[in-house]
Amino acid sequence: MHFAPIVHVLLGLTFAPLLLGIINRTKALFAGRRGQPLLQLYYDVWKLLRKGAVYSRTTTWVFRAGPIVGLAAVLAAMTLVPFGKMPALVAFPGDLILFAYLLGLMRFFTVIAALDTGSSFEGMGASREVQFSALAEPALLLALVAVARRTGSISLSGMFDKISLDVWQAAGPSLALVAAALLVVLLCENARIPVDDPNTHLELTMIHEVMVLDHGGPDFAFIVYGAALKLWVLGLLLIGIVLPIQSGNAWIGIAVSICGMVALGVVIGIIESTMARLRLVRVPQLLVGAGVLGALALILVLR
Amino acid sequence: MNVDVILILVVLTNLRLLGSSRLGASIRTVAVQGFLIGLLPLLAPNRDALWKILILSIGSMALKGVVFPRLLLRALREADVRREVEPFVGSVMSLLVGIVALGASFWIGQRLALPSPTTSALLVPVALSSILIGLFLIVSRKKAVSQVLGFLVLENGIFTFGVGLVQELSLLVELGVLLDVFVAVFVMGIIIFHISRAFDHLDTDRLSTLKD
Repeated sequence: MHFAPIVHVLLGLTFAPLLLGIINRTKALFAGRRGQPLLQLYYDVWKLLRKGAVYSRTTTWVFRAGPIVGLAAVLAAMTLVPFGKMPALVAFPGDLILFAYLLGLMRFFTVIAALDTGSSFEGMGASREVQFSALAEPALLLALVAVARRTGSISLSGMFDKISLDVWQAAGPSLALVAAALLVVLLCENARIPVDDPNTHLELTMIHEVMVLDHGGPDFAFIVYGAALKLWVLGLLLIGIVLPIQSGNAWIGIAVSICGMVALGVVIGIIESTMARLRLVRVPQLLVGAGVLGALALILVLR
Repeated sequence: MNVDVILILVVLTNLRLLGSSRLGASIRTVAVQGFLIGLLPLLAPNRDALWKILILSIGSMALKGVVFPRLLLRALREADVRREVEPFVGSVMSLLVGIVALGASFWIGQRLALPSPTTSALLVPVALSSILIGLFLIVSRKKAVSQVLGFLVLENGIFTFGVGLVQELSLLVELGVLLDVFVAVFVMGIIIFHISRAFDHLDTDRLSTLKD
């Protein structure tokens, strides 16, 4: 089934914005509202794509390159992640490092595009983003290294292929720790609630939104779509570890993974509805805590 | 519930203690840890005298899970101290120290020659790390209440070690240890109350400035 990896990527490209719709619907349900349509993000992206962009005269090519490089990086990262136990489009030993640093490249270009505007607010957001992601990156890598050590494979596709119910029975606690660390990383990297509130538009408290204030039109569409893809990609990692279902059939694998993603969206919605955003000084503690969970998982599998 | 899961939960409670900044939350975490530790004798294999195990297990669960937390929370309420931990070492650094202590314990635990096989391979490393983290909590916190908590964690580590290593459970020794800890916590509770009466605060580091 050599066409299957292409189907996976196409599914991701199609359904990634829907995941955000599911999160928003869950939050609306908790708040007793009807909420925005499930397909709202598609409308937003379509609306933005038809508009023109305005560029400040203080900005340079860096500002224009930011969204494009960001989207390209997350698309490349998407080809590396397996979906429903089938290997990814691109798989080679050590691709987990490339995966982590493609996300890093995306973040780097978002940050320098924000700095390029010369706005003090954007500089503040960029500083926070860099500080928090510097703490989230060790957590992500430690968690992935723990899985790599347990499964004996250093390629994302090989790792996720080998996680089965047997592995969960043998090393359940360490895999659960890995999943917890990845969930925190996912919430931080996608600016979800314990770290950042995606709804707030108060510059003093927000992180991701403040960095993209000056982007407009198609550039902003790329950023919004890229953020949705990033959530999808990190969600796939988490789902790959939590749902160890081995089935020979590619379609069953796809169906299980789609259900897993929908469940993940609901879980994130519940987390956002029941928790308050942490104070900014508390966020590093949370991220270091995630790193410590990853390190503990690694110690347990190294034993 | 198998032994490994309980031991990993004990490690997580240790890490939570290192990271938390509220005294009340720390006391409750130690209560949970005491409860988990109390489950360990029940799960140890091939013990003949069931009633001994039950006495030890229920005794330690009642003391560490219910009585000590009550005493400490009461001391906290009556002494009217600030509800924050005020560490010498910040919570992020404490967590990193904790993970280093954990790594060192696993390293030592693998190399330690033991007279008899333990119930779980995790038991000795977790016991060692509890002892180290308990010591670290004692030296790195200002408040007398936190130092009592560090002492309890230390004792939990020793208890874990004993449960795993001693084949024939010596009930008297374990009960004696529990009694010692009880007296220690009781006395500490009273002292905390009196320190706060006399000096309006519980920062033990300020005791060093006392002059005669």
